[in-house]
Amino acid sequence: MESTATAAKPQFSEAAKAEIERICKQYPEERRKSAMLPVLHIAQAEFGGWVSPEVQDLVAEVLGVKPIEVYEVSSFYTMFNLKPVGKHVLEICRTGPCMLRGSEELTAHLERITGAKVGGPASEDGLFTLKEVECLAACGFAPIVQVREKYYEQLDTPEAVDAMLTELRNQVHRPALPWEENGLPNALANN
Amino acid sequence: MGRKLLTEHINVEGIETLDVYRKHGGYRSVEKALKTMTPDEVVEEVKKSGLRGRGGAGFPTGLKWSFLAKPEGVPRYLVCNADESEPGTFKDRQLMSKLPHLLIEGMITSSYALGANTSYIYIRGELLYVLRILEKAIAEAYAAGFLGKNILGSGYDLDLFVHPGGGAYICGEETALLESLEGKRGNPRNKPPFPAVQGLYARPTVVNNVESIAAVPVIVNEGGDEYAKIGVGKSTGTKLFSACGHLNKPGIYEIELGLPVEEFIYSDEYCGGIWKGRDLKAVVAGGSSVPILPKELILKTAAGEDRLMTYESLSDGGFVTGTMLGSGGFIAMDETTSIVRNTWSFARFYHHESCGQCSPCREGTGWLEKVLHRLVHGHGQRHDIDLLVSVAKQIEGNTICPLGEAAAWPVAAAVRHFRDEFEWYVTHPQEATKPGAVYPGQLVRA
Repeated sequence: MESTATAAKPQFSEAAKAEIERICKQYPEERRKSAMLPVLHIAQAEFGGWVSPEVQDLVAEVLGVKPIEVYEVSSFYTMFNLKPVGKHVLEICRTGPCMLRGSEELTAHLERITGAKVGGPASEDGLFTLKEVECLAACGFAPIVQVREKYYEQLDTPEAVDAMLTELRNQVHRPALPWEENGLPNALANN
Repeated sequence: MGRKLLTEHINVEGIETLDVYRKHGGYRSVEKALKTMTPDEVVEEVKKSGLRGRGGAGFPTGLKWSFLAKPEGVPRYLVCNADESEPGTFKDRQLMSKLPHLLIEGMITSSYALGANTSYIYIRGELLYVLRILEKAIAEAYAAGFLGKNILGSGYDLDLFVHPGGGAYICGEETALLESLEGKRGNPRNKPPFPAVQGLYARPTVVNNVESIAAVPVIVNEGGDEYAKIGVGKSTGTKLFSACGHLNKPGIYEIELGLPVEEFIYSDEYCGGIWKGRDLKAVVAGGSSVPILPKELILKTAAGEDRLMTYESLSDGGFVTGTMLGSGGFIAMDETTSIVRNTWSFARFYHHESCGQCSPCREGTGWLEKVLHRLVHGHGQRHDIDLLVSVAKQIEGNTICPLGEAAAWPVAAAVRHFRDEFEWYVTHPQEATKPGAVYPGQLVRA
């Protein structure tokens, strides 16, 4: 976990800080660590779609736990990106029910159009990261891609995929979260 | 047409708001329970209803409630398991996003029955958008006096919170879920102690699936005996089935338990038959972890009786010729489906989702995936098929939690019923691994 001396220490926005305090009140006072996952989600939304070691240290500080307690959690759960990502992370469901309805063809199609590879770095234009994930619990609407909080369903035609990509290309800011007035610019940290 | 106890109003416009929900009879169970019943009387009605856990295990909910330890002065918790992640299952997402107040009403009535003053809904992290819907509905419920201090003047207090996961199937296991809720990795705990004695924060805790909790309002309103009249034998009430795969009309269907499987698959009221005019090859009836059955055995039991959608009928024949109702994740596969590839996909899933605590699961799921990977890619050998069975056996029963069995059962069942197809991958690798290849042989029966 190297950190460069020149990198400014990340800080949560005031709105995010207030939201974190609201969440921490949901648990007994001595159990602030319970807020780990919700705070990691806020951190990922706040700092460009991934949680760097510095961001994880900040989460540890906010929760009053040791950094290792954050690292061991962030590396266990698949939703947290531990490396920089493109502006939009396309999480493609690859599990059986989606596979039966064409998820393998969808993945190949997305790799062709975006130029990114599943599990690899973002596309050259910095727009898309492709990530395969396991069952997203929307099997009746397969195949599915999740981007942040949104599910794109029944992506079994090129038109449906195009509509999703066009919508994402036109998104300058990610959609605002309930505690924000406006959405943040996409990919803050890695541009 | 069966009765819809949970989803009758699911398509009513605005039903996600408290006002519209109340206009359709919402929150009556809270008034009835808090004003006219003792907590034990509510537990008694749930016991009488015969309601069985809808998350997959099918354990009687009322009985589970009665195990809750109640030491004086120690807080206890109700935690709703909304970590729906079993492949093929997508009923809770639908229920929560469209009928958030039904779950909240169920949580209030159930928390009252259990004497919990703080309750949590643990929702899988991917469903953050549903968490927002629930939080909005919870705020409405607080404003209307259904949550908070002295609810409806009854003297009963309840706070209800929603907690997101972070992407981990294993957190659907109740003790892994509790670890996760405490801000840790989702490693299942050794049992005993069971959550009923030492659960969240080492306090007595009940963990129930979304659909189980959502059934409590109707049980309280109509009475446990009335609820138990629906269904067949020990499979009482209605159940949500998530139908997916190669069906004409995939989706969520609430059925009265006891519906024939054949009617569910082929009737236009339900799934409308197999897509593209094809024939059915196999079904996984209760989520990816239950044994797959070929068409003949899912439609009829080995004794030739109609297979019904009940806990008992689906498991008729044990694992030799039967399966399980599980979570109600109903995955249909048409005649062109490669059972071997599908089994590989499930094995990859369980390997990916194994928490890694127990060696038989951590290593065994890896072996299953690797061996299936080489079969699927044309590098398999004949002994690989027996190796799969052997590895599956060595996982079963040797792990802290049931993820091991969940990984082993589908593989063992696929080999049991479709061994010829596995052998075809060994004897005709070039043919079998061509894109779109269809096994030309006959299905084998156990």
